[in-house]
Amino acid sequence: MSAPLLEFDGVGLSFGGLRAIQDLDLRVDEGEIVSLIGPNGAGKTTVFNLITGLYVPGAGDIRLGGESIAGLAPHTIARRGVARTFQTLRVFLNMSVEENVMAATYGNTSSSMLQSVLRTPAMRREERGVRELARETLGFFGDRLVGYRLAQPAFSLSYANRRRLEIARAMASQPRLLLLDEPAAGMNPKETGEITKLTARLRDDGGYTILVIEHDMHVVEGISDRVVALDHGEKVAEGSFEHVATHPAVVEAYLGKGTARQESR
Amino acid sequence: MARIGVDEWVAESDQRTEGYRGRASPLVAAWDRVPPAARILLLAVGLAVFPLTTGSDFVLRVGINTLLLAILALGLNVVVGWAGLLDLGYIAFYGFGAYTYALLSSEQLGIHLPTPLAVLIVLVACALLGLLLGLPSRRLLGDYLAIVTLFFGQIFVELVVNLDAVTGGPSGIAGVDPFVLLGFEFLTPRDYYYLTAGAAVIVTLVLYLIGESRTGRAWRAVREDPLAAEMMTMPVNLLKLKAFALGSAIAGLAGSIFAAVQIGVFPRNFETPFLILIYAAVILGGAGSLAGAILGAVVVSVSLELLRDADQATVLFYGLLLAGLLARVRPWRKLAAVLGGTIALGLALHAIAAAVWPEAVAGTPQATGALGDALDAWLVLPEGATTAGNIGFVVLVAAIILFTQVRERTRTLLLVPVIYLAAFVWEARLVQEPSVTRQLLLGALLVVVMISRPRGLLGSERKEIV
Ligand SMILES: Nc1ncnc2c1ncn2[C@@H]1O[C@H](COP(=O)(O)OP(=O)(O)OP(=O)(O)O)[C@@H](O)[C@H]1O
Ligand SMILES: [Mg+2]
Repeated sequence: MSAPLLEFDGVGLSFGGLRAIQDLDLRVDEGEIVSLIGPNGAGKTTVFNLITGLYVPGAGDIRLGGESIAGLAPHTIARRGVARTFQTLRVFLNMSVEENVMAATYGNTSSSMLQSVLRTPAMRREERGVRELARETLGFFGDRLVGYRLAQPAFSLSYANRRRLEIARAMASQPRLLLLDEPAAGMNPKETGEITKLTARLRDDGGYTILVIEHDMHVVEGISDRVVALDHGEKVAEGSFEHVATHPAVVEAYLGKGTARQESR
Repeated sequence: MARIGVDEWVAESDQRTEGYRGRASPLVAAWDRVPPAARILLLAVGLAVFPLTTGSDFVLRVGINTLLLAILALGLNVVVGWAGLLDLGYIAFYGFGAYTYALLSSEQLGIHLPTPLAVLIVLVACALLGLLLGLPSRRLLGDYLAIVTLFFGQIFVELVVNLDAVTGGPSGIAGVDPFVLLGFEFLTPRDYYYLTAGAAVIVTLVLYLIGESRTGRAWRAVREDPLAAEMMTMPVNLLKLKAFALGSAIAGLAGSIFAAVQIGVFPRNFETPFLILIYAAVILGGAGSLAGAILGAVVVSVSLELLRDADQATVLFYGLLLAGLLARVRPWRKLAAVLGGTIALGLALHAIAAAVWPEAVAGTPQATGALGDALDAWLVLPEGATTAGNIGFVVLVAAIILFTQVRERTRTLLLVPVIYLAAFVWEARLVQEPSVTRQLLLGALLVVVMISRPRGLLGSERKEIV
């Protein structure tokens, strides 16, 4: 059997005295949709930050496709096929929708400044490819981000469209593993429903393996092949949605807070 | 029109109302519609035609200085406008380029390299120095970067002054060779005007092509959000270094031309006041915009030139005052009241003063012609009112500070005497100090633009979302 796409091997991370992640084992196989759940402050976003190289694990190892990525620069990890969205939206506000997406192809293109100035055939071909990829990626979201919106600055988009743009931007970096941090946060019920369908399409049509953090249990139920629950930086349960949702440790972690969707920060 | 559901319609209401109104001014909107190739052609043709309108070497020299400022602004725009790095040591690269060219083309070291080779060496040396400065700075953010680079700029001048043996110390290097390209020797101001214009067009074209390339996009992404850029495959540190290197090389190019035009280089040419002018050009034009950097350089350079002359300076002063009022005071009724009030106040004060104490109106304003006559009848101005002018200046500064602190209603009332006092201080004191007034007026110009167009003349609207 081939190595899992993503593997955490006894990963630990502390911020000063706070042990944000403790002895975490995690695996995500090619083609899976895995949900990461847990109460606020459980360490979910920290897991994403570890995968993307923003934090270096204090203990253990992180492997992508069998190779260790712990300690690599974030842009290198991104080039190896990891892309993410952010819990607190981080689109490039003062760039156009199209440019936002095109910018993310930087690591997978190679034209030098000199080639750009000379407009060599190779550079023009590459640029055409990038533009096509951007349109195609944005087209994934129906007509919401295309047409006249291509040229609009990202700040002019609605909240939901900025979330979509962030996903499109992540797709344009041509990842194998897509990390979505609360894609449904701040969306209305209709849009939340769309997220469920979108996630499935991302896997089925886009071919991405997906690790998603989500508070909305309906979304989690709808999309997950597997669910991993974290609490205080430790894995407390793992398995099917039914298994995890009824697991005593999970219920306890959420106790008093309820399993209803919580407002994200 | 896309069909949209009700939920989305609600969700997007802010988008529809905000929309992409972007740039309100029709002039700017029209400019936006001109395709890039046509813009650069327009620039080239405009620059080529300009000297045909004048035979004056003075005007051509102003043209050369303006174009050099434009090239510098374009280079600084790469670093500040695109990559978003606050580099306050930029002027050092201009100086380094000028000195390197001078050393390679003068009797100072007895070296006289052919121009293309000397310029090539300058470009490479400046880019390398840019990388070197970038190396320690690339992890520095915002304020720290600014202070480190400012320090670097200071050190450069200190070094040049103190390394007499090489740089000639405070007396600089004289007798720098002229440019010789393809056998043509550049000697007259007209030659150098065309050389500088050609360089400006090439720099604009090169920067346009790079700006539209993957590197340009990545720089803007780094400016917007370095963390997100890094996570989206962009090597942020390397990109910052590239921006530094390109910006420095462009400054070096401007420096070489400057050294040849001036036939010499002196440490004083590369001090902070000039850096401020480059920044003023970039910010005035709108950081991030190539056309803006050029327009900004033209506005800064030409207004400084106009300000050399007391008469023109006066026209500019009152023009700016009026423009500021027109832009800021609304509604129209209030504007009319303020203007009318100011005129009435002046006439009344003048009449009273003339009756009670004729000496108080014995002075004559600087301006000539109709403006001068009007001012003479309006402003209470004694002869040689230096002391009164000084006191007035202090009171004016206090009044302006007070002005920003009081309520709207009081402010409108206060506006009339403040304008009157400003005119008095101008006539009694400032007009006699051209070097000070130049800076002051340029500052005022920047403030006016900042208030009415925060993004600069041609800059695109920038937003933060909270
Ligand atoms: N850079 C940091 N420095 C110090 N503490 C941090 C840092 N990043 C995260 N933490 C802490 O680590 C813990 C886990 O944070 P994390 O953001 O991963 O939670 P989360 O599970 O994503 O929560 P939420 O559902 O609210 O997004 C929190 O206690 C947080 O305060
Ligand atoms: Mg989180």
